[in-house]
Amino acid sequence: EVDLEERLHELDLRSDSDVPDVPPPTDSTPEILKKALSGLSARWKNWWIRGILSLAMISGFFLIIYLGSFMLMLLVLSIQVKCYHEIITIGYRVYHSYDLPWFRSLSWYFLLCVNYFFYGETVADYFATFVQRREQLQFLIRYHRFISFTLYLTGFCMFVLSLVKKHYRLQFYMFAWTHVTLLITVTQSHLVIQNLFEGMIWFLVPISSVICNDITAYIFGFFFGRTPLIKLSPKKTWEGFIGGFFSTVVFGFIFSYFLAQHQYFVCPVEYNSETNRFVTECEPSELFQMKKYSVPPLLQAVLGWETVNMYPFQMHSFALSTFASLIGPFGGFFASGFKRAFKIKDFADTIPGHGGIMDRFDCQYLMATFVHVYITSFIRGPNPSKLLKQLLILQPEQQLSVYKTLKSHLVEKGILQPSLRG
Amino acid sequence: LQESESENKLDGETASDSESKSEFGGSSPVPTSDDTPEVLNRALSNLSSRWKNWWVRGILTLAMITFFFIIIYLGPMVLMTIVMCVQIKCFHEIITIGYNVYHSYDLPWFRTLSWYFLLCVNYFFYGETVTDYFFTLVQREEPLRILSKYHRFISFALYLTGFCMFVLSLVKKHYRLQFYMFGWTHVTLLIVVTQSHLIIHNLFEGMIWFIVPISCVICNDIMAYMFGFFFGRTPLIKLSPKKTWEGFIGGFFSTVLFGLLLSYVMSGYRCFTCPVEFNNDTNSFTVDCEPSELFQLQEYNIPVVLQSVVGWKTVRMYPFQIHSIALSTFASLIGPFGGFFASGFKRAFKIKDFANTIPGHGGIMDRFDCQYLMATFVNVYIASFIRGPNPSKLIQQFLTLRPDQQLHIFNTLKAHLVDRGILASLEDA
Repeated sequence: EVDLEERLHELDLRSDSDVPDVPPPTDSTPEILKKALSGLSARWKNWWIRGILSLAMISGFFLIIYLGSFMLMLLVLSIQVKCYHEIITIGYRVYHSYDLPWFRSLSWYFLLCVNYFFYGETVADYFATFVQRREQLQFLIRYHRFISFTLYLTGFCMFVLSLVKKHYRLQFYMFAWTHVTLLITVTQSHLVIQNLFEGMIWFLVPISSVICNDITAYIFGFFFGRTPLIKLSPKKTWEGFIGGFFSTVVFGFIFSYFLAQHQYFVCPVEYNSETNRFVTECEPSELFQMKKYSVPPLLQAVLGWETVNMYPFQMHSFALSTFASLIGPFGGFFASGFKRAFKIKDFADTIPGHGGIMDRFDCQYLMATFVHVYITSFIRGPNPSKLLKQLLILQPEQQLSVYKTLKSHLVEKGILQPSLRG
Repeated sequence: LQESESENKLDGETASDSESKSEFGGSSPVPTSDDTPEVLNRALSNLSSRWKNWWVRGILTLAMITFFFIIIYLGPMVLMTIVMCVQIKCFHEIITIGYNVYHSYDLPWFRTLSWYFLLCVNYFFYGETVTDYFFTLVQREEPLRILSKYHRFISFALYLTGFCMFVLSLVKKHYRLQFYMFGWTHVTLLIVVTQSHLIIHNLFEGMIWFIVPISCVICNDIMAYMFGFFFGRTPLIKLSPKKTWEGFIGGFFSTVLFGLLLSYVMSGYRCFTCPVEFNNDTNSFTVDCEPSELFQLQEYNIPVVLQSVVGWKTVRMYPFQIHSIALSTFASLIGPFGGFFASGFKRAFKIKDFANTIPGHGGIMDRFDCQYLMATFVNVYIASFIRGPNPSKLIQQFLTLRPDQQLHIFNTLKAHLVDRGILASLEDA
């Protein structure tokens, strides 16, 4: 035990180059692939594995989209749990803390608490009618925050009671590590789900833009790359960065154009309590109705058209693609820095040739938050059903006064006719 | 950071936790430099050092309590400012500990980035609070209206800028250190800034929701210490050897009693029980209202068990006093866990106190470690049991919806009110 503390001390004070490597993950390529590619040289073999796995992931993605919103939610949840697991495992390896009392249970317990809190807040809004019918659920919803807080507190007290004499610092490090990981993975995944409920297009276009930027930046870098972009990731180049930016914007435009035509992608996801299924049917909002835009004189000469028919959403896709290309890579640099800091090659070895799930999702990290903030700031106001739910739990006098205020507002704006029959 | 320098430090400390060296690191400041004002030093120069310490602590305790009363008297605006200052000082103390632990004073950019993140998160929270409570003021002034409409987007953009600066500032040999400090900053923000904003929310609910919880925690501290001093025998937890079960239980009962008495006294005054509101005409805070049910005396039947003890059949109490029992219970039973957490933290990083701001007591964090969980509990308690959502906030959200959505909600609300008989008939109102 003394050894552990000493090593920890040394870890803190040494500069990066002194720190020993974390043992590299084992090779988990499936046997089939290994046999099929046994003839090729190692470099080409790696390229083929990456390529096949990329195609496999993209196909899997399309399949899940086809299966619908509920499967997508489950997928997002599984990815979140796996990312969390990967990052926590890295923490264990860095600090050699597998033997810490309670700690693995506590990490999973906190994950459960935070997920319970978020699912209760967001998902419950969408299932309002389903919930209204069942008494026990009503109780859980009404006191949701209190129950979540109590659960979290229990975990906190267990942590304090589990502090062991020689391992205080280690335990505090793991506690902080857990919380930062929760902050990163769980909040992002819930924002992704909220975007999804807004309409599948708000889920698909951002994620595809990031993936497209990854791939096109790599391709442009491969063929034209000359000027390095940042010391942190020596393989990235300015040519790749700029080429990726323009390709992603064009891709976003075209992809949005196709998706905006189908109600399945464009409508907010709603839960139909009669059929007990998710439905995506609605009158498409203004964003998804074709409009004529005048082409600015500058581009008229280039394109040869005077007006163009576009969906307003495509203008928004421009903002999303720009973010994916310019700021998204910073998420990637952050993850690269993290891997260098802790001397790991990949987050894990889940996907052969690609590394762990976190490796694939590091650029998505900031995108989900951006899309959510973008939607709430520029697209829609607050959620009407949530507002209604809150109105219904006010005190009767408050409800009456709110009713009067609303009525006078609506009459003033001419939305409500001030007839005697109300 | 030169490699030889870190090598030297390495030789200096291979102590495990059990060897209690009070100093950490070759170059960190000695945490217990004597900060006592000269006046006190001279006045107490004759006493022995143990009594001197006791007197210094006692005098400073009285000074802090008096100060607390003065700022309550000065009103909500001053209280908000004080909470803000305490928050900044706590943040500074914890970040400084991080610097000392990791010897990272020379890291490029890092001090600037920490303060920048503090600014961003505060901007986000204050913006949300200001938008909620100062709604009419905000709507009147054009620049404020725009800032409030796109508030989340602006806050996010500010945070992103900080994040990108962090990524760009990563330097080859110091990646791990920089990530540690980044993590340290974020956890500190999570602890310090969110708590302070919850305190301000509680304050706006009514000063009594601010004063009673904080006083209960302070009372529990003092009472547990006194009971422990006079009757203490069985140790409570290995982490804090000075705490005893006798102190814990005695502190619990005294705090509940104290809470009941304090609530009784405070519930009689409007300035404590009314929500703080901003008056647009006078441009100042007002605390004037019709006291809610919670603060009106009611007759309660005493359970038969206690009737023989107390000798009364019914008692007149404020409903708030029942809630104060919940608050005091939390302060006595769970609040100490915040203290244990801080003790564990100090042992883990081998520091005696968080800082030496208050003579005899240590840093601001030392005084506020038990308050940490209390603010969150009070906020969750209020939101769950006392009041529902804020009606004016709901109206404000309603006004930003589309007309068809507004109509739909209006009609549903109307149907609900008619259903419950609150709205007498369709022609009424």
